[in-house]
Amino acid sequence: MSDSIPITVEFTGGLEILFANERQHKISLPARSGDGNPSNIAYLLQYLVDNLMKDQRKDMFIMEDNVRPGILVLINDADWELEGEENYELQPGDNIVFVSTLHGG
Amino acid sequence: MAPTTCVNCKEARAVIIRPKNRQKICRACFLHIFETEVHETITSANLFFPGERVAIGASGGKDSTVLAAVLKTLNERYNYGLDLCLLSIDEGIRGYRDDSLETVKRNAVQYEMPLEILGYGELYGWTMDQVVAQIGKKGNCTYCGVFRRQALDRGAAKLGIKHVVTGHNADDVAETVMMNLLRGDLPRLSRGTSIVTDSGASDIKRSKPLKYAYEKEIVLYAHHRQLDYFTTECIYSPEAFRGSARTLIKDLEKIRPSSILDIVKSGEDMAALVPNQDSGKNGQAATAEDESAGGCGSANGRSSGGEMAAMEEQLASNEDAGSRETEIKLPKTAPKKAGKAGKPAIKTQTLQHCEKCGYMSSQAICKACMLLDGLNRNRPKTEINIGMEDEEGSSTLMRQMEKIQLTNS
Repeated sequence: MSDSIPITVEFTGGLEILFANERQHKISLPARSGDGNPSNIAYLLQYLVDNLMKDQRKDMFIMEDNVRPGILVLINDADWELEGEENYELQPGDNIVFVSTLHGG
Repeated sequence: MAPTTCVNCKEARAVIIRPKNRQKICRACFLHIFETEVHETITSANLFFPGERVAIGASGGKDSTVLAAVLKTLNERYNYGLDLCLLSIDEGIRGYRDDSLETVKRNAVQYEMPLEILGYGELYGWTMDQVVAQIGKKGNCTYCGVFRRQALDRGAAKLGIKHVVTGHNADDVAETVMMNLLRGDLPRLSRGTSIVTDSGASDIKRSKPLKYAYEKEIVLYAHHRQLDYFTTECIYSPEAFRGSARTLIKDLEKIRPSSILDIVKSGEDMAALVPNQDSGKNGQAATAEDESAGGCGSANGRSSGGEMAAMEEQLASNEDAGSRETEIKLPKTAPKKAGKAGKPAIKTQTLQHCEKCGYMSSQAICKACMLLDGLNRNRPKTEINIGMEDEEGSSTLMRQMEKIQLTNS
Protein backbone atom coordinates (compact mmCIF):
# COMPACT_ATOMS: atom_id res chain seq x y z
CA MET A 1 0.00 0.00 0.00
CA SER A 2 1.33 3.40 -0.99
CA ASP A 3 1.70 6.07 1.63
CA SER A 4 0.00 8.85 -0.29
CA ILE A 5 -3.27 9.25 -2.17
CA PRO A 6 -3.35 11.32 -5.34
CA ILE A 7 -6.56 13.38 -5.48
CA THR A 8 -7.91 16.49 -7.18
CA VAL A 9 -9.36 19.31 -5.14
CA GLU A 10 -11.38 22.11 -6.72
CA PHE A 11 -12.50 25.42 -5.28
CA THR A 12 -15.24 27.39 -6.99
CA GLY A 13 -17.98 29.90 -6.38
CA GLY A 14 -15.51 32.41 -4.96
CA LEU A 15 -13.46 30.06 -2.77
CA GLU A 16 -10.61 30.03 -5.28
CA ILE A 17 -9.70 33.48 -3.96
CA LEU A 18 -8.58 31.79 -0.75
CA PHE A 19 -6.40 29.33 -2.64
CA ALA A 20 -4.11 31.51 -4.72
CA ASN A 21 -6.89 32.10 -7.29
CA GLU A 22 -6.37 28.58 -8.56
CA ARG A 23 -9.48 26.56 -9.18
CA GLN A 24 -7.95 23.11 -9.46
CA HIS A 25 -5.24 21.62 -7.26
CA LYS A 26 -3.73 18.17 -7.69
CA ILE A 27 -2.40 17.01 -4.35
CA SER A 28 -0.89 13.94 -2.74
CA LEU A 29 -2.60 13.39 0.55
CA PRO A 30 -0.83 11.26 3.19
CA ALA A 31 -2.68 7.92 3.27
CA ARG A 32 -2.98 8.04 7.03
CA SER A 33 -3.65 10.91 9.36
CA GLY A 34 -1.50 11.66 12.42
CA ASP A 35 -3.34 9.15 14.59
CA GLY A 36 -2.82 6.33 12.07
CA ASN A 37 -6.37 6.21 10.71
CA PRO A 38 -7.07 6.21 6.96
CA SER A 39 -7.33 9.78 5.66
CA ASN A 40 -10.87 11.05 5.55
CA ILE A 41 -12.47 14.38 4.62
CA ALA A 42 -11.97 15.74 8.14
CA TYR A 43 -8.24 15.13 7.75
CA LEU A 44 -8.29 16.61 4.24
CA LEU A 45 -9.81 19.83 5.59
CA GLN A 46 -7.09 20.15 8.17
CA TYR A 47 -4.47 19.30 5.55
CA LEU A 48 -5.81 21.95 3.16
CA VAL A 49 -5.82 24.65 5.81
CA ASP A 50 -2.30 23.76 6.97
CA ASN A 51 -0.67 23.18 3.59
CA LEU A 52 -2.60 24.67 0.71
CA MET A 53 -4.34 27.71 2.07
CA LYS A 54 -2.10 30.75 2.05
CA ASP A 55 -4.87 33.19 2.86
CA GLN A 56 -5.17 34.16 6.53
CA ARG A 57 -8.98 34.17 6.54
CA LYS A 58 -9.36 30.54 7.67
CA ASP A 59 -12.88 31.19 8.92
CA MET A 60 -14.02 31.87 5.36
CA PHE A 61 -13.49 28.16 4.74
CA ILE A 62 -13.53 26.35 8.07
CA MET A 63 -15.68 27.01 11.12
CA GLU A 64 -15.55 24.92 14.28
CA ASP A 65 -13.37 22.32 12.56
CA ASN A 66 -15.89 21.82 9.81
CA VAL A 67 -16.75 23.37 6.46
CA ARG A 68 -18.40 26.74 6.90
CA PRO A 69 -22.19 26.62 6.41
CA GLY A 70 -23.01 27.78 2.89
CA ILE A 71 -20.10 25.89 1.33
CA LEU A 72 -21.10 22.76 -0.57
CA VAL A 73 -18.82 19.75 -0.72
CA LEU A 74 -19.03 17.34 -3.64
CA ILE A 75 -17.28 13.97 -3.56
CA ASN A 76 -16.95 12.74 -7.16
CA ASP A 77 -19.83 15.08 -8.02
CA ALA A 78 -22.13 13.75 -5.28
CA ASP A 79 -23.25 15.72 -2.26
CA TRP A 80 -20.92 14.70 0.57
CA GLU A 81 -23.93 13.93 2.75
CA LEU A 82 -24.49 10.90 0.52
CA GLU A 83 -20.97 9.72 1.16
CA GLY A 84 -20.71 10.08 4.91
CA GLU A 85 -19.57 13.70 5.09
CA GLU A 86 -16.29 14.23 6.97
CA ASN A 87 -15.94 10.50 7.66
CA TYR A 88 -15.62 9.59 3.98
CA GLU A 89 -12.29 7.85 3.41
CA LEU A 90 -10.46 9.20 0.40
CA GLN A 91 -9.63 6.93 -2.53
CA PRO A 92 -6.93 7.46 -5.17
CA GLY A 93 -8.23 9.60 -8.04
CA ASP A 94 -11.07 11.13 -6.04
CA ASN A 95 -12.31 14.53 -7.11
CA ILE A 96 -13.38 16.76 -4.24
CA VAL A 97 -15.14 20.05 -5.07
CA PHE A 98 -15.81 22.88 -2.64
CA VAL A 99 -18.40 25.35 -3.93
CA SER A 100 -19.31 28.48 -2.08
CA THR A 101 -22.90 29.67 -2.26
CA LEU A 102 -22.03 32.72 -0.18
CA HIS A 103 -20.66 35.01 -2.84
CA GLY A 104 -22.54 37.35 -5.05
CA GLY A 105 -22.51 38.19 -8.70
CA MET B 1 -20.42 3.38 1.17
CA ALA B 2 -22.51 1.76 -1.54
CA PRO B 3 -23.85 4.28 -4.06
CA THR B 4 -27.40 5.41 -3.36
CA THR B 5 -29.91 5.07 -6.17
CA CYS B 6 -32.10 7.95 -7.31
CA VAL B 7 -35.57 7.77 -5.68
CA ASN B 8 -37.11 9.24 -8.82
CA CYS B 9 -35.82 7.12 -11.71
CA LYS B 10 -34.56 4.29 -9.49
CA GLU B 11 -31.70 3.76 -11.91
CA ALA B 12 -28.94 6.31 -11.78
CA ARG B 13 -26.66 7.11 -8.86
CA ALA B 14 -28.07 9.77 -6.56
CA VAL B 15 -25.77 12.79 -6.33
CA ILE B 16 -28.04 15.36 -4.71
CA ILE B 17 -30.02 15.55 -1.50
CA ARG B 18 -32.78 18.11 -1.96
CA PRO B 19 -32.78 20.63 0.90
CA LYS B 20 -36.54 21.00 0.96
CA ASN B 21 -37.46 17.33 1.37
CA ARG B 22 -34.20 15.39 1.72
CA GLN B 23 -34.95 13.41 -1.45
CA LYS B 24 -31.93 11.71 -2.97
CA ILE B 25 -31.90 12.13 -6.73
CA CYS B 26 -29.59 11.77 -9.72
CA ARG B 27 -28.21 14.51 -11.91
CA ALA B 28 -30.69 14.17 -14.78
CA CYS B 29 -33.74 13.97 -12.50
CA PHE B 30 -32.46 16.96 -10.50
CA LEU B 31 -32.08 19.18 -13.54
CA HIS B 32 -35.53 18.21 -14.77
CA ILE B 33 -37.25 18.61 -11.38
CA PHE B 34 -35.57 21.97 -10.80
CA GLU B 35 -36.77 23.25 -14.17
CA THR B 36 -40.27 21.85 -13.65
CA GLU B 37 -40.59 23.57 -10.30
CA VAL B 38 -39.60 26.94 -11.78
CA HIS B 39 -42.16 26.28 -14.53
CA GLU B 40 -44.80 25.63 -11.85
CA THR B 41 -43.88 28.89 -10.10
CA ILE B 42 -44.22 30.73 -13.40
CA THR B 43 -47.55 29.21 -14.38
CA SER B 44 -49.19 29.36 -10.96
CA ALA B 45 -48.31 33.07 -10.63
CA ASN B 46 -49.18 33.77 -14.29
CA LEU B 47 -45.90 35.60 -14.67
CA PHE B 48 -45.80 35.82 -18.44
CA PHE B 49 -48.09 36.10 -21.43
CA PRO B 50 -47.35 34.75 -24.92
CA GLY B 51 -45.31 37.15 -26.98
CA GLU B 52 -44.18 39.13 -23.93
CA ARG B 53 -40.80 40.80 -24.13
CA VAL B 54 -38.86 40.10 -20.95
CA ALA B 55 -35.52 41.51 -19.82
CA ILE B 56 -33.41 39.33 -17.53
CA GLY B 57 -31.44 41.43 -15.05
CA ALA B 58 -28.05 39.80 -15.59
CA SER B 59 -24.98 40.27 -13.43
CA GLY B 60 -22.98 37.29 -14.65
CA GLY B 61 -23.40 35.71 -11.21
CA LYS B 62 -24.89 32.31 -10.46
CA ASP B 63 -28.48 33.39 -9.89
CA SER B 64 -29.02 35.43 -13.02
CA THR B 65 -27.03 32.96 -15.13
CA VAL B 66 -29.20 30.07 -13.91
CA LEU B 67 -32.31 32.20 -14.46
CA ALA B 68 -31.31 32.93 -18.05
CA ALA B 69 -30.49 29.26 -18.74
CA VAL B 70 -33.70 27.96 -17.17
CA LEU B 71 -35.91 30.55 -18.87
CA LYS B 72 -34.39 29.73 -22.24
CA THR B 73 -34.98 26.01 -21.62
CA LEU B 74 -38.55 26.49 -20.41
CA ASN B 75 -39.41 28.98 -23.13
CA GLU B 76 -38.48 26.34 -25.70
CA ARG B 77 -39.92 23.34 -23.83
CA TYR B 78 -43.32 24.83 -23.01
CA ASN B 79 -43.62 27.33 -25.86
CA TYR B 80 -44.00 30.38 -23.64
CA GLY B 81 -43.45 32.49 -26.72
CA LEU B 82 -41.24 34.90 -24.77
CA ASP B 83 -38.86 37.33 -26.36
CA LEU B 84 -35.95 37.22 -23.90
CA CYS B 85 -33.01 39.55 -23.59
CA LEU B 86 -30.26 40.26 -21.07
CA LEU B 87 -30.01 43.60 -19.29
CA SER B 88 -26.85 44.39 -17.34
CA ILE B 89 -26.01 47.33 -15.17
CA ASP B 90 -22.45 48.55 -15.05
CA GLU B 91 -21.97 50.27 -11.69
CA GLY B 92 -18.59 51.49 -12.80
CA ILE B 93 -16.46 49.68 -10.26
CA ARG B 94 -13.16 48.84 -11.86
CA GLY B 95 -11.88 45.36 -11.09
CA TYR B 96 -15.31 44.19 -9.95
CA ARG B 97 -17.82 44.63 -12.71
CA ASP B 98 -15.44 44.41 -15.67
CA ASP B 99 -14.94 40.66 -15.34
CA SER B 100 -18.56 39.82 -14.64
CA LEU B 101 -19.65 41.84 -17.66
CA GLU B 102 -17.34 39.68 -19.75
CA THR B 103 -19.26 36.67 -18.41
CA VAL B 104 -22.58 38.29 -19.37
CA LYS B 105 -21.24 38.90 -22.87
CA ARG B 106 -20.38 35.19 -23.16
CA ASN B 107 -23.83 34.28 -21.79
CA ALA B 108 -25.45 36.42 -24.47
CA VAL B 109 -23.70 34.32 -27.11
CA GLN B 110 -24.36 31.00 -25.32
CA TYR B 111 -28.07 31.67 -24.87
CA GLU B 112 -28.50 33.58 -28.13
CA MET B 113 -30.04 36.58 -26.41
CA PRO B 114 -29.48 40.24 -27.18
CA LEU B 115 -27.62 42.11 -24.45
CA GLU B 116 -27.94 45.70 -23.27
CA ILE B 117 -25.39 47.14 -20.88
CA LEU B 118 -26.24 50.39 -19.13
CA GLY B 119 -23.72 52.27 -17.01
CA TYR B 120 -24.17 54.47 -13.96
CA GLY B 121 -21.84 56.86 -15.72
CA GLU B 122 -24.18 57.46 -18.65
CA LEU B 123 -27.33 57.31 -16.51
CA TYR B 124 -26.31 59.50 -13.61
CA GLY B 125 -23.02 61.10 -14.58
CA TRP B 126 -21.34 59.28 -11.71
CA THR B 127 -19.67 55.88 -11.65
CA MET B 128 -19.47 54.12 -8.27
CA ASP B 129 -15.70 54.59 -8.31
CA GLN B 130 -16.32 58.35 -8.51
CA VAL B 131 -19.01 58.20 -5.83
CA VAL B 132 -16.62 56.39 -3.49
CA ALA B 133 -13.84 58.87 -4.25
CA GLN B 134 -16.27 61.55 -3.15
CA ILE B 135 -18.04 60.11 -0.14
CA GLY B 136 -15.65 57.39 0.99
CA LYS B 137 -16.27 53.69 1.41
CA LYS B 138 -18.77 54.14 4.19
CA GLY B 139 -22.38 54.42 3.13
CA ASN B 140 -21.74 54.07 -0.58
CA CYS B 141 -23.99 50.97 -0.72
CA THR B 142 -26.99 53.25 -0.31
CA TYR B 143 -26.05 55.08 -3.50
CA CYS B 144 -25.37 51.89 -5.37
CA GLY B 145 -28.67 50.31 -4.26
CA VAL B 146 -30.81 53.32 -5.10
CA PHE B 147 -29.12 53.79 -8.46
CA ARG B 148 -29.38 50.13 -9.39
CA ARG B 149 -33.09 49.89 -8.66
CA GLN B 150 -33.79 52.69 -11.12
CA ALA B 151 -31.17 51.60 -13.61
CA LEU B 152 -32.88 48.28 -14.38
CA ASP B 153 -36.20 50.04 -14.94
CA ARG B 154 -34.61 52.72 -17.08
CA GLY B 155 -32.77 50.08 -19.08
CA ALA B 156 -36.01 48.23 -19.69
CA ALA B 157 -37.75 51.45 -20.68
CA LYS B 158 -34.95 52.18 -23.12
CA LEU B 159 -35.51 48.79 -24.72
CA GLY B 160 -39.27 49.28 -24.72
CA ILE B 161 -39.67 46.29 -22.40
CA LYS B 162 -42.24 46.25 -19.60
CA HIS B 163 -41.14 43.24 -17.58
CA VAL B 164 -37.82 42.69 -15.79
CA VAL B 165 -37.06 39.37 -14.11
CA THR B 166 -34.35 39.07 -11.47
CA GLY B 167 -32.49 36.09 -10.03
CA HIS B 168 -33.61 36.52 -6.41
CA ASN B 169 -33.79 33.08 -4.80
CA ALA B 170 -35.45 31.62 -1.70
CA ASP B 171 -32.39 32.37 0.45
CA ASP B 172 -32.47 36.02 -0.65
CA VAL B 173 -36.16 36.31 0.16
CA ALA B 174 -35.64 34.59 3.54
CA GLU B 175 -32.82 37.06 4.28
CA THR B 176 -35.03 39.99 3.41
CA VAL B 177 -37.81 38.62 5.61
CA MET B 178 -35.40 38.28 8.54
CA MET B 179 -33.89 41.74 8.00
CA ASN B 180 -37.25 43.47 7.87
CA LEU B 181 -38.50 41.47 10.80
CA LEU B 182 -35.51 42.67 12.80
CA ARG B 183 -36.14 46.24 11.64
CA GLY B 184 -39.85 46.02 12.35
CA ASP B 185 -40.56 47.05 8.79
CA LEU B 186 -43.62 45.02 7.87
CA PRO B 187 -44.53 46.94 4.69
CA ARG B 188 -41.08 46.39 3.25
CA LEU B 189 -41.23 42.77 4.34
CA SER B 190 -44.45 42.50 2.39
CA ARG B 191 -42.98 44.07 -0.74
CA GLY B 192 -39.92 41.84 -0.53
CA THR B 193 -41.85 38.59 -0.38
CA SER B 194 -44.23 39.11 -3.27
CA ILE B 195 -43.21 37.38 -6.46
CA VAL B 196 -44.34 40.30 -8.61
CA THR B 197 -43.73 43.92 -7.71
CA ASP B 198 -46.12 45.87 -9.77
CA SER B 199 -46.90 49.45 -8.89
CA GLY B 200 -49.77 51.36 -10.33
CA ALA B 201 -47.69 54.34 -11.37
CA SER B 202 -44.91 52.39 -13.01
CA ASP B 203 -45.45 50.46 -16.19
CA ILE B 204 -42.45 48.22 -15.56
CA LYS B 205 -43.22 44.98 -13.80
CA ARG B 206 -40.63 43.13 -11.71
CA SER B 207 -40.73 39.45 -10.87
CA LYS B 208 -38.61 36.73 -9.28
CA PRO B 209 -39.17 33.34 -10.96
CA LEU B 210 -36.55 31.69 -8.71
CA LYS B 211 -38.24 32.86 -5.51
CA TYR B 212 -38.80 29.29 -4.29
CA ALA B 213 -35.46 27.92 -5.46
CA TYR B 214 -32.81 27.19 -2.82
CA GLU B 215 -29.50 28.91 -3.37
CA LYS B 216 -27.89 25.53 -2.84
CA GLU B 217 -29.86 24.04 -5.72
CA ILE B 218 -29.11 27.03 -7.93
CA VAL B 219 -25.39 26.49 -7.36
CA LEU B 220 -25.77 22.76 -7.98
CA TYR B 221 -27.83 23.40 -11.12
CA ALA B 222 -25.08 25.67 -12.42
CA HIS B 223 -22.48 23.06 -11.47
CA HIS B 224 -24.22 20.08 -13.07
CA ARG B 225 -25.07 21.97 -16.24
CA GLN B 226 -21.56 23.46 -16.22
CA LEU B 227 -22.90 26.96 -16.68
CA ASP B 228 -20.45 29.75 -17.14
CA TYR B 229 -20.84 32.15 -14.24
CA PHE B 230 -18.67 34.57 -12.36
CA THR B 231 -18.24 34.99 -8.66
CA THR B 232 -17.01 38.08 -7.03
CA GLU B 233 -17.46 40.19 -3.98
CA CYS B 234 -17.93 43.90 -4.25
CA ILE B 235 -14.58 45.55 -3.51
CA TYR B 236 -16.35 48.27 -1.55
CA SER B 237 -17.92 47.48 1.79
CA PRO B 238 -20.19 44.45 1.96
CA GLU B 239 -23.66 44.95 3.36
CA ALA B 240 -22.98 44.16 6.99
CA PHE B 241 -26.55 43.75 8.16
CA ARG B 242 -27.53 41.54 5.26
CA GLY B 243 -24.35 39.59 5.88
CA SER B 244 -25.44 38.74 9.41
CA ALA B 245 -28.91 37.76 8.22
CA ARG B 246 -27.26 35.60 5.58
CA THR B 247 -25.04 33.81 8.11
CA LEU B 248 -28.08 33.21 10.29
CA ILE B 249 -30.02 31.71 7.37
CA LYS B 250 -27.13 29.44 6.40
CA ASP B 251 -26.70 28.27 10.00
CA LEU B 252 -30.41 27.49 10.20
CA GLU B 253 -30.26 25.62 6.91
CA LYS B 254 -27.46 23.45 8.25
CA ILE B 255 -29.59 22.40 11.23
CA ARG B 256 -32.94 22.25 9.47
CA PRO B 257 -32.83 22.62 5.68
CA SER B 258 -36.53 23.32 5.27
CA SER B 259 -36.10 26.50 7.38
CA ILE B 260 -35.46 28.64 4.31
CA LEU B 261 -38.73 27.87 2.54
CA ASP B 262 -40.50 28.00 5.91
CA ILE B 263 -39.24 31.57 6.45
CA VAL B 264 -40.37 32.50 2.94
CA LYS B 265 -43.79 31.01 3.75
CA SER B 266 -43.94 32.88 7.06
CA GLY B 267 -43.01 36.06 5.21
CA GLU B 268 -45.87 35.54 2.79
CA ASP B 269 -48.29 34.92 5.65
CA MET B 270 -47.09 38.05 7.45
CA ALA B 271 -47.39 39.99 4.19
CA ALA B 272 -51.04 38.95 4.07
CA LEU B 273 -51.46 40.93 7.29
CA VAL B 274 -50.20 44.13 5.71
CA PRO B 275 -53.02 46.25 4.35
CA ASN B 276 -53.07 46.56 0.60
CA GLN B 277 -50.94 49.40 -0.74
CA ASP B 278 -53.74 51.15 -2.53
CA SER B 279 -56.32 50.82 0.20
CA GLY B 280 -57.59 54.41 0.09
CA LYS B 281 -57.03 56.22 3.36
CA ASN B 282 -53.69 54.64 4.22
CA GLY B 283 -52.09 55.74 1.01
CA GLN B 284 -52.50 59.42 1.87
CA ALA B 285 -50.13 59.50 4.78
CA ALA B 286 -47.53 57.45 3.03
CA THR B 287 -45.08 60.02 1.71
CA ALA B 288 -44.34 61.81 4.93
CA GLU B 289 -43.92 58.58 6.81
CA ASP B 290 -41.68 57.00 4.24
CA GLU B 291 -39.16 59.77 4.66
CA SER B 292 -38.44 58.68 8.19
CA ALA B 293 -38.10 55.08 7.11
CA GLY B 294 -34.50 55.73 6.16
CA GLY B 295 -31.96 53.25 4.95
CA CYS B 296 -30.77 50.85 7.59
CA GLY B 297 -33.58 51.21 10.06
CA SER B 298 -31.83 52.62 13.11
CA ALA B 299 -34.74 55.00 13.58
CA ASN B 300 -37.16 52.12 13.40
CA GLY B 301 -35.34 50.39 16.19
CA ARG B 302 -35.76 53.30 18.57
CA SER B 303 -39.43 53.87 18.00
CA SER B 304 -40.43 50.26 17.57
CA GLY B 305 -42.97 50.36 20.38
CA GLY B 306 -44.93 53.17 18.87
CA GLU B 307 -44.69 51.71 15.43
CA MET B 308 -46.00 48.38 16.57
CA ALA B 309 -48.88 50.16 18.24
CA ALA B 310 -49.64 52.04 15.08
CA MET B 311 -49.44 48.82 13.17
CA GLU B 312 -51.79 47.21 15.64
CA GLU B 313 -54.32 49.97 15.09
CA GLN B 314 -53.91 49.65 11.37
CA LEU B 315 -54.40 45.92 11.45
CA ALA B 316 -57.49 46.18 13.60
CA SER B 317 -59.05 48.44 11.03
CA ASN B 318 -58.25 46.06 8.25
CA GLU B 319 -60.87 43.48 7.50
CA ASP B 320 -58.49 40.88 6.13
CA ALA B 321 -56.43 40.95 9.26
CA GLY B 322 -59.37 41.06 11.61
CA SER B 323 -59.41 37.35 12.26
CA ARG B 324 -55.73 37.18 13.16
CA GLU B 325 -55.12 40.37 15.08
CA THR B 326 -55.44 38.75 18.48
CA GLU B 327 -52.09 37.09 17.83
CA ILE B 328 -50.23 40.39 18.12
CA LYS B 329 -51.91 41.95 21.08
CA LEU B 330 -50.00 44.73 22.74
CA PRO B 331 -50.38 46.28 26.18
CA LYS B 332 -53.32 48.70 26.25
CA THR B 333 -51.08 51.64 27.08
CA ALA B 334 -49.13 51.48 23.87
CA PRO B 335 -51.70 53.02 21.51
CA LYS B 336 -51.93 56.12 23.75
CA LYS B 337 -48.23 56.77 23.40
CA ALA B 338 -48.52 56.50 19.66
CA GLY B 339 -51.42 58.93 19.76
CA LYS B 340 -49.18 61.57 21.28
CA ALA B 341 -46.84 61.32 18.32
CA GLY B 342 -49.71 62.19 16.04
CA LYS B 343 -50.87 58.70 15.12
CA PRO B 344 -48.18 57.74 12.64
CA ALA B 345 -49.77 55.74 9.87
CA ILE B 346 -48.36 52.57 8.49
CA LYS B 347 -45.81 53.05 5.77
CA THR B 348 -47.33 52.37 2.43
CA GLN B 349 -46.14 53.78 -0.83
CA THR B 350 -47.95 56.25 -3.01
CA LEU B 351 -46.15 56.65 -6.26
CA GLN B 352 -45.85 59.87 -8.18
CA HIS B 353 -43.43 61.27 -10.69
CA CYS B 354 -40.18 62.80 -9.51
CA GLU B 355 -40.22 66.53 -10.11
CA LYS B 356 -36.65 66.46 -11.35
CA CYS B 357 -36.30 63.44 -13.57
CA GLY B 358 -39.93 62.44 -14.06
CA TYR B 359 -39.16 58.99 -12.81
CA MET B 360 -41.67 57.30 -10.51
CA SER B 361 -41.02 57.83 -6.85
CA SER B 362 -42.76 57.73 -3.51
CA GLN B 363 -41.57 61.28 -2.89
CA ALA B 364 -41.72 64.59 -4.77
CA ILE B 365 -38.03 64.22 -5.61
CA CYS B 366 -36.84 60.65 -6.08
CA LYS B 367 -34.06 59.21 -3.90
CA ALA B 368 -31.64 59.00 -6.81
CA CYS B 369 -32.09 62.71 -7.60
CA MET B 370 -31.63 63.63 -3.94
CA LEU B 371 -28.41 61.64 -3.74
CA LEU B 372 -27.21 63.07 -7.06
CA ASP B 373 -27.98 66.57 -5.87
CA GLY B 374 -25.77 66.05 -2.84
CA LEU B 375 -23.01 64.57 -4.95
CA ASN B 376 -23.11 67.32 -7.57
CA ARG B 377 -23.07 70.08 -4.99
CA ASN B 378 -19.93 68.68 -3.44
CA ARG B 379 -18.14 67.74 -6.58
CA PRO B 380 -15.22 70.18 -6.14
CA LYS B 381 -14.44 68.58 -2.80
CA THR B 382 -13.13 65.48 -4.52
CA GLU B 383 -9.53 66.65 -4.46
CA ILE B 384 -9.70 67.62 -0.82
CA ASN B 385 -11.01 64.18 0.04
CA ILE B 386 -8.12 62.54 -1.73
CA GLY B 387 -5.80 64.81 0.23
CA MET B 388 -7.34 63.68 3.49
CA GLU B 389 -6.97 60.06 2.56
CA ASP B 390 -3.30 60.64 1.93
CA GLU B 391 -2.95 62.22 5.30
CA GLU B 392 -4.65 59.27 6.92
CA GLY B 393 -2.26 56.98 5.14
CA SER B 394 0.76 58.85 6.36
CA SER B 395 -0.48 58.91 9.95
CA THR B 396 -0.85 55.14 9.79
CA LEU B 397 2.67 54.99 8.51
CA MET B 398 3.82 57.18 11.38
CA ARG B 399 2.14 54.90 13.89
CA GLN B 400 3.89 51.96 12.30
CA MET B 401 7.18 53.82 12.54
CA GLU B 402 6.57 54.43 16.24
CA LYS B 403 6.08 50.71 16.73
CA ILE B 404 9.33 49.94 15.01
CA GLN B 405 11.19 52.37 17.24
CA LEU B 406 9.62 50.80 20.32
CA THR B 407 10.63 47.30 19.39
CA ASN B 408 14.13 48.40 18.53
CA SER B 409 14.73 50.03 21.87
